[in-house]
Amino acid sequence: MSPRFPGNGTRRGESLLTMIRIWVNGAEILVEPGSSVAAALLSNGVAVFRHSVTGEPRAALCGMGVCFECLVQIDGDLQVRSCQVAVREGMRVTT
Amino acid sequence: MIVIVGAGPAGIAAALQVREFGLAFTVIDDNPTAGGQIWRGDADRTRMLGGELRTGTRVLSIDAAAHTLLVEDADGARWVPYSKLILATGSRELLLPFPGWTLPGVFGAGGLQALVKSGLKVGGKRVVVAGTGPLLLAVAALLRAKGANVRLIAEQAPVSALAGFAAALLRRPAKLLQGAGLGWSLAGVPYLPNCWVTSAEGAGQVERVTLRRGAKTLTEECDYAAIGYGLVPNDELRTLAGDSEDVIVAETGDVEYAWLAGEAAGYRAAGRPLDESALVAARAFDAALQGAFALRPELRELAAPETLVCRCEDVSYARLAAWGSFRAAKLQTRCGMGPCQGRVCGAAVRFLFGWPDTSVRPPAFPARIASLAIQEPVTNGDKL
Ligand SMILES: Cc1cc2nc3c(=O)[nH]c(=O)nc-3n(C[C@H](O)[C@H](O)[C@H](O)COP(=O)(O)OP(=O)(O)OC[C@H]3O[C@@H](n4cnc5c(N)ncnc54)[C@H](O)[C@@H]3O)c2cc1C
Ligand code: FES
Repeated sequence: MSPRFPGNGTRRGESLLTMIRIWVNGAEILVEPGSSVAAALLSNGVAVFRHSVTGEPRAALCGMGVCFECLVQIDGDLQVRSCQVAVREGMRVTT
Repeated sequence: MIVIVGAGPAGIAAALQVREFGLAFTVIDDNPTAGGQIWRGDADRTRMLGGELRTGTRVLSIDAAAHTLLVEDADGARWVPYSKLILATGSRELLLPFPGWTLPGVFGAGGLQALVKSGLKVGGKRVVVAGTGPLLLAVAALLRAKGANVRLIAEQAPVSALAGFAAALLRRPAKLLQGAGLGWSLAGVPYLPNCWVTSAEGAGQVERVTLRRGAKTLTEECDYAAIGYGLVPNDELRTLAGDSEDVIVAETGDVEYAWLAGEAAGYRAAGRPLDESALVAARAFDAALQGAFALRPELRELAAPETLVCRCEDVSYARLAAWGSFRAAKLQTRCGMGPCQGRVCGAAVRFLFGWPDTSVRPPAFPARIASLAIQEPVTNGDKL
């Protein structure tokens, strides 16, 4: 199959060079391009995204932009739904 | 300009149909990528929309009398005119409250599927899939394909109802093949009818769930729980639009039904006649499905008095139960007034207490303050 055919490659052989670097609470993590911020956080062991109005730990629930449980701070923007935003090089995320 | 809200199968089908009739259109979607719930990020399926697609853009409100929409994207908000509006906004999951459902690691079933499709790694994770409907099988199959250790699938429907579903499948052989494929990829995973999650426990995140199966109780250790009780249509925009000839609603359901409904919406937007027999058959299949997976009454008893029903404002079952309607409960407890605007608790409350949610108000999504300041529709051909 042609290498230009979209959706053709598996991610398995992807080299570190194609990974995107983002900062989560000041720590650097490498994530695959195209990943949502919520997926990147969970895949890297960040289990808690925010605390509720009474202080309970919470994380992504619906995965589709509906529940607002996945709110984090991204590049200074408060309260962004992390499941609806794709990772970008150099992005700074605060949970 | 025909504006289509939603770039899932229904929105894509509507767009391609409208294009075939030679009419101009724009497709708007809140997600960063097109494809909707099922083809999320599937470049092959969504590429065909071409330059007429605006992702990362959400519709906040509709002024049907002025034929305008309030849309918001990263650059801010503006009113956009339309000649015909097609609403192909799909559905969300019904999530029911039970003790521990707010723990991190408890997701909707389709919720975990969506996160996996957007890059979440689940290799080696122990996952319990529960709730109801054929979606559970699709979710479990995807999780398994991505290397997760799917411990079990708990289906709340009784065996007798599932037999009804199997009979409906026989009338739609293409579906049966899909089902058989799923069965193969799920070989070895216990599929337990008559079984549902009664609680989730863990310190700071889910570590195990307790399930009821008939009269028995079982416990399963897990890293993630994916629990969904079927789908609820996203009909807020339709409610805001009211009855307007120029607003066309594309029904939603499984992917084939949504596609047919989208095509039909395209015909209607173009004012062309259509033979709707395929759509009618899909609608009947959907109705059979809804019947087979009807929710059992025991699920109304899952929440304990202190279980939170509204997760935005942390309102417990006991505080809600004191009121006689959603409207009264909202005013008194702020239930449904948080960022999700009742999208999660509204349908749950309808199921738990039988209260209809009669109070959709614009904006359909919580908007930034700046968006709300734009009150006057701009109708002079403002470009998207
Ligand atoms: C979480 C989930 C998982 C599912 N998984 C499956 C599956 O595996 N197999 C299956 O057959 N069916 C699945 N379904 C059912 C599924 O909805 C349909 O099969 C199919 O996606 C329906 O297509 P659609 O175009 O009607 O809606 P969708 O695919 O849901 O597309 C609707 C689109 O509208 C957008 N939208 C909604 N409101 C707004 C707004 N105000 N502004 C801007 N954009 C908006 C959404 O972002 C979404 O992209 C799933 C449903 C859900 C909720
Ligand atoms: S997980 Fe529900 S909005 Fe992001």
